[in-house]
Amino acid sequence: MNAATDTIVVDETGAKRPRLAAFAGNRALLGLILPVSAALLYEAAFRFGLVEARLLPAPSRILATLVDLGKSGELWTHVLATVLRVLAGFVIGAGVGTLFGALTGASETARRLLDPTLQALRAIPSLAWVPLFILWLGIFEASKITLIAVGVFFPVYLGVMGSIANIDRKIIEVGRAFRLSRLQLARRILLPAILPDYIVALRSGLGLGFMFVVAAEIMGASEGLGFLLVDGQQLGKPDQILAAIIAFALIGKASDGLLVAAARPFLRWQDSFTAAGR
Amino acid sequence: MLTLSTISKTYANGTQALQNLSLAVEAGEIVALVGGSGCGKTTLLRLISGLEHPTNGKVLIDGEAIVAPHPAVAVAFQEPRLLPWLTVAENIGFGLADLPKAEREARVDEALLRVGLAGYGPRWPRELSGGQAQRVSIVRALVTRPKALLLDEPFSALDAMTRASLHEHLLALWESHQPTMVIVTHDVDEAVTLADRAIVMQPRPGRIFADIPLALPRPRDKLSAEFIEAKRAILAALDGSLVDTTPTKASPRVGGAWW
Repeated sequence: MNAATDTIVVDETGAKRPRLAAFAGNRALLGLILPVSAALLYEAAFRFGLVEARLLPAPSRILATLVDLGKSGELWTHVLATVLRVLAGFVIGAGVGTLFGALTGASETARRLLDPTLQALRAIPSLAWVPLFILWLGIFEASKITLIAVGVFFPVYLGVMGSIANIDRKIIEVGRAFRLSRLQLARRILLPAILPDYIVALRSGLGLGFMFVVAAEIMGASEGLGFLLVDGQQLGKPDQILAAIIAFALIGKASDGLLVAAARPFLRWQDSFTAAGR
Repeated sequence: MLTLSTISKTYANGTQALQNLSLAVEAGEIVALVGGSGCGKTTLLRLISGLEHPTNGKVLIDGEAIVAPHPAVAVAFQEPRLLPWLTVAENIGFGLADLPKAEREARVDEALLRVGLAGYGPRWPRELSGGQAQRVSIVRALVTRPKALLLDEPFSALDAMTRASLHEHLLALWESHQPTMVIVTHDVDEAVTLADRAIVMQPRPGRIFADIPLALPRPRDKLSAEFIEAKRAILAALDGSLVDTTPTKASPRVGGAWW
């Protein structure tokens, strides 16, 4: 079908459009056009002396800083510290969020008992907890990880609760008609039914985890990408700040991609849908 | 085989869906429940399926009370209700989880073949048309080889052509193990095409208005005089059921004398 339309296009307008289509088909490349050309443009402006690069360093300079930090091993120390914090906070926050979400989603009583309190806590800007956490847990890892866990908790909690509440009652009835036990019902119907929403909830939780790790590390840390940011500000090194920001972007995208890739085998039935809808 | 004795069903909001309804269905019989909306025919089916419980009275299968979904009774719903995360083959085998893999696959393959969907096993439900999905849904209920199959307006969402072909599929499936079938429908044509007996129900509260035997030879010719006569009898009963809605002491049962 596709091949056929492509042939027609070639016949009419020469070989141009299929090549563009092939390029457009590779979405990753398409997404790179804008940032790469912006970087090249700025680099050129800098080289021709059109801009003064004291506050916004040229891309080549940022890249060089990134490479230097990488070579000295300093970058990896910071990346590792940040990733470990996010990982710990994410596991705790997502775990507790899943537990409470499942509880309030499955039981009306639990929802009436717990949800109002949790919603009230959610209304508090999470950064408002920082002074309290530092007071309670000290300025080292415990307070940071707790803050991240709080950030991850809410989207996961809401996602799990909502997805359980939204399961089609008619599909649950199929399970009942086939006389599934409660455990079988959970495993064969509830779990697969909530999985797509759950992955979305985990992804937004992970995103918030990265947001809060920055906050935690800016508050006070001796290592971590957030520390690199503060350090760059205090020493007047915008290239280091930008290098850290780029590292954040790369790690955030990579971890999200990892989560999606891990979930993909279980969501193949959805893939086929998007493939058909394209 | 299926026995309903003085069934009543009152919902929590006070709606009386069924009142003192009794019905006996023989093994292998195909019974159509016909009636206007709100006459309790779907409620009746759900009581037999064990998904709901009667307020009063009993539902028995071979003398055994149905208090929860029973292994001998299978249901096909109005919508296919296939599980989107399972392939067509896995959906059909859903109720066969206890069987060894080889036997399960053999039964699923046979089922796919019987409904003309051989080779569709690895596909996802999303890729099926409405008629195909409903065929899968019906064989999913039938592969467990139930003694009774309950169908709740299974073809109401399909176009006339597809519906006619599914009627043939259903009768062909029935041939092999001849389960008792109770089919809810509001389509008089469908009732006469499929059933050995049409139960016409009356609303508010739901009860049986007429019990019309359909002793037509099979395969049934929709243009034959008998077919049209049978349709007329059901339609007349339906009209009567809607006019006379005052409950009488003994629920009015009109037997085979109707035609």
